[in-house]
Amino acid sequence: MSDETQFCTFYLNKHFFGIEVEKVQEVFRYQEMTPIPLASSTIKGLINLRGQIITAIDLRKRLQMPDRAEGVLPMNVVVRTADGAVSLLVDEIGDVLEMSLEDYEPPPDTIEGMTRELVCGVYKLEGTLLLILDTTKTIDFGEPANA
Amino acid sequence: MDEMDAIIGEFLVESYENLDQLDLDLVELEQNPTETSILASIFRTIHTIKGTCGFLGFSKLESIAHVGENLLSKLRDGELTLNPASTSALLSMVDAIRQILGCLESERNEGDVDYSKLVETLTRIHNGEDVEISEVKSSDKSPAAETAAEQPPAPAETEAEKPAEEEKPAEVEATETVAESAPEAAPEPEKEPETEPVALAADDDGKSRGEDRRDNDPIKDAEHLSKHGERREDAQRRKTAEPQKAGGGGVADTSIRVDVSLLDTLMNLVGELVLARNQILQYAPEMRDSNFQTTTQHLNLVTSELQESVMKTRMQPIGNIWSKYPRIVRDLSISCGKKVRLEMEGKDTELDKTLIEAIKDPLTHIVRNSVDHGIESPELRAERGKPEEGVLLLRAFHEGGQVNIEIIDDGGGINPDKIRDKAISKGLITKEQAARMSTREFVNMIFAPGFSTAEKITNVSGRGVGMDVVRTNIEKIGGTVDIQSVYGQGTTLKVKIPLTLAIIPALTVATGGGRYAIPQVNLLELVRLDGSQASKIEKIQDTPVYRLRGRLLPLVYLNKELQVDKVEESDIINIVVLQVDDRHFGLVVEAINDTEEIVVKPLGQQVKNIPAYSGATIMGDGNVALILDVMGLAQKAKVISQTQAKMRSETHGDGASTEGDRQTLLIIGLGDQRMAIPLSKVARLEEFNRKDIEHSGDQEVVQYRGEIMPLIHVAQLIGAGGPAEDRDELHAVVYTRNNKSVALVVDQICDIVEENITVKKSGTRHGIMGTVVVQNQVTDLLDLENVILSVDPTFFDEEVAGLLEGN
Repeated sequence: MSDETQFCTFYLNKHFFGIEVEKVQEVFRYQEMTPIPLASSTIKGLINLRGQIITAIDLRKRLQMPDRAEGVLPMNVVVRTADGAVSLLVDEIGDVLEMSLEDYEPPPDTIEGMTRELVCGVYKLEGTLLLILDTTKTIDFGEPANA
Repeated sequence: MDEMDAIIGEFLVESYENLDQLDLDLVELEQNPTETSILASIFRTIHTIKGTCGFLGFSKLESIAHVGENLLSKLRDGELTLNPASTSALLSMVDAIRQILGCLESERNEGDVDYSKLVETLTRIHNGEDVEISEVKSSDKSPAAETAAEQPPAPAETEAEKPAEEEKPAEVEATETVAESAPEAAPEPEKEPETEPVALAADDDGKSRGEDRRDNDPIKDAEHLSKHGERREDAQRRKTAEPQKAGGGGVADTSIRVDVSLLDTLMNLVGELVLARNQILQYAPEMRDSNFQTTTQHLNLVTSELQESVMKTRMQPIGNIWSKYPRIVRDLSISCGKKVRLEMEGKDTELDKTLIEAIKDPLTHIVRNSVDHGIESPELRAERGKPEEGVLLLRAFHEGGQVNIEIIDDGGGINPDKIRDKAISKGLITKEQAARMSTREFVNMIFAPGFSTAEKITNVSGRGVGMDVVRTNIEKIGGTVDIQSVYGQGTTLKVKIPLTLAIIPALTVATGGGRYAIPQVNLLELVRLDGSQASKIEKIQDTPVYRLRGRLLPLVYLNKELQVDKVEESDIINIVVLQVDDRHFGLVVEAINDTEEIVVKPLGQQVKNIPAYSGATIMGDGNVALILDVMGLAQKAKVISQTQAKMRSETHGDGASTEGDRQTLLIIGLGDQRMAIPLSKVARLEEFNRKDIEHSGDQEVVQYRGEIMPLIHVAQLIGAGGPAEDRDELHAVVYTRNNKSVALVVDQICDIVEENITVKKSGTRHGIMGTVVVQNQVTDLLDLENVILSVDPTFFDEEVAGLLEGN
């Protein structure tokens, strides 16, 4: 049935996030990147993904979370967009979970900051909450990324 | 004549495509008579055909299209509504057009079928008269029937010999079937036997025709059938032609239409393959397996060949667009009352398809301009002592990985004074600026937006939107355009464009730990200053500048612009001299690596709006490097907005000169005099030790590269200053011609300057060609050949041409 949705999950600063599995192209471990001077600090750099150049966005920065500890390498979640692929840098990759619409709730209005803007829904799991990211908004920076 | 053929060929292909669409549109329109967008599309198609055939001089076709267009415009404006009669009339018009096109293709004329009845019917509908379908039918059938009776060959061949379009063979075949399946059919044939096979002739077009017919279209039937009537009569004759056609349909058989975007994808994939190959080649030497080595080599070869072939699929000879010019030039010159001969060199020069498309319009504009404004009227030319017929030369050639296109006319040239007045009156520059500008800059002002000097606006050019658009379009594809003009003698426009957009040569540099690629197009030269020379960088307030051959070069530090920290401090300063829009600036980088062919990739939208980058690329080691957008960088560093600064540096030293050529001169010192030698005549600059001088008879010689080279002491020869002081080191300018060299000993090598010079003949001093003003100083121009001849009268003997060229 259509009220079962699969999510690719990952962790960010102890929070549990998910992206619809159809939007995810692939996930892979940390890879060397070419930093882009002048770009906003949210953009970590460019990655050569089998000949395709993709932009890597630090999700922690994007969600205004504190930086990763020194030496901890992020992982890549590559999402497909109308504009080509974009990589989201996350702390750790989780399982692919199948969620039922029964557990769904819109995000509470009391969440603050960027999280409120980018999270489009919450699934209640035992002991934790799965926050669903709106990928379109996540990769759209709106105003120029000029630093 | 083949140019003309090419134009007609293109017109035919285009029109056939349009007509196929028209059939579909008309039928669809009949079902939705109120759908204005379809009507508008039909109108456009007919209008295009009318316009083109008017231009090509096909009056019959034009007249039919014209009445059709009139009718359509009424329909479009809602003054008439579409009824079956008018649809039929329009469809028969489409058929008539098709028929004429067929004639054009096979016989290069419009055929002599009389279409006046059709025209009349269309006019009547246009005038609002009611026309019965039957009337349309009868009125239209008569010419067609006449055709069958009186002119069998022409229309028959028409239909039969349309091999260019894909659906044509199918159609011919189908009609053939008709002809054979119904050989006993009367000249006034019925509908049925024909409809089916044609409908079966598959593909959209065939289907649409089938639909046409079902949509009660008696005229069409009548016409088609009468054609088949002819076919039968003509069948015998055609049988001989048929096999030939099967083989001759070559164009369609051996070539296919491929979407350019598919080629783009292919190109990208090959780009990736090349990168992967490069990586494998890096690892290969480490492997000891000889099989692997062989395979790698094979892969290498195949990849290179593949890359070349894929590049070739996108390459087209420039002749494709040039082929239109003879006609354009001819018509234009006639309408302007001028005599112009068009010459072309290097038609086979190939460049990327997208580039061909991109330069088509700018080039056409330039050609029109040259005829309209450049070449003078025969009377004026006679007055000026030129042959009445002007020459417009198009020349294309490959050079340094770029395609150069030159458009050269021997016309009136550009009058810099006129440009100046115009520019001032239009407020494009101030009088003060004008006073400082050189001829070359005035001439280049024709590229400024809103500039046109034509006395009056002709239908050809003069609206002032031309040349700036030309330049913008050419720069958009990474090209440059430059103009040189000698007032009264002609104008040369030089367009340089890259071979292809996808792969460009670039210089890789490093700064702050990152690697960046700079497109070679923007690159002028590299300057390296080590420790002691670093102090040569001066500052105007806080802006660093460097004196490059006497001119101030503003410096931009890449690490500062990109806000990255320097990785290593070193006393070596690498300056990459770049050019944007005629402006030069030096980009200081930490290291200069190498030049490489890079595959340009676009940046994601998150970073697209950073003006400093134009894209990214993957380097041989698999890492990503950013491609610097030199224009964006210059704007960011504010190099480019400093118009005045540029003017100062450009006109520095030749403020007074208004005429002349730009030349690079070598400035030498002889005693206390300054002398100039055109750098183009200098082979090398050398230093010799006095000890090395030997004597051969009276002549001082040195051994130079395994040869004996005579020394000429210029100062003594032309009587400038006293004898050179006795120094151990002798500076010499080496002049080489026909493998013979001679060294001209001078006191000092001062400078190399690039300036607009005007040579003023001065007296008859020995060995002096004239005087020029260089860097605000009067400088004698040395007549090298003369000097050499006075010492060795036989020097140039072996090649007289060399001497001529020298003078």
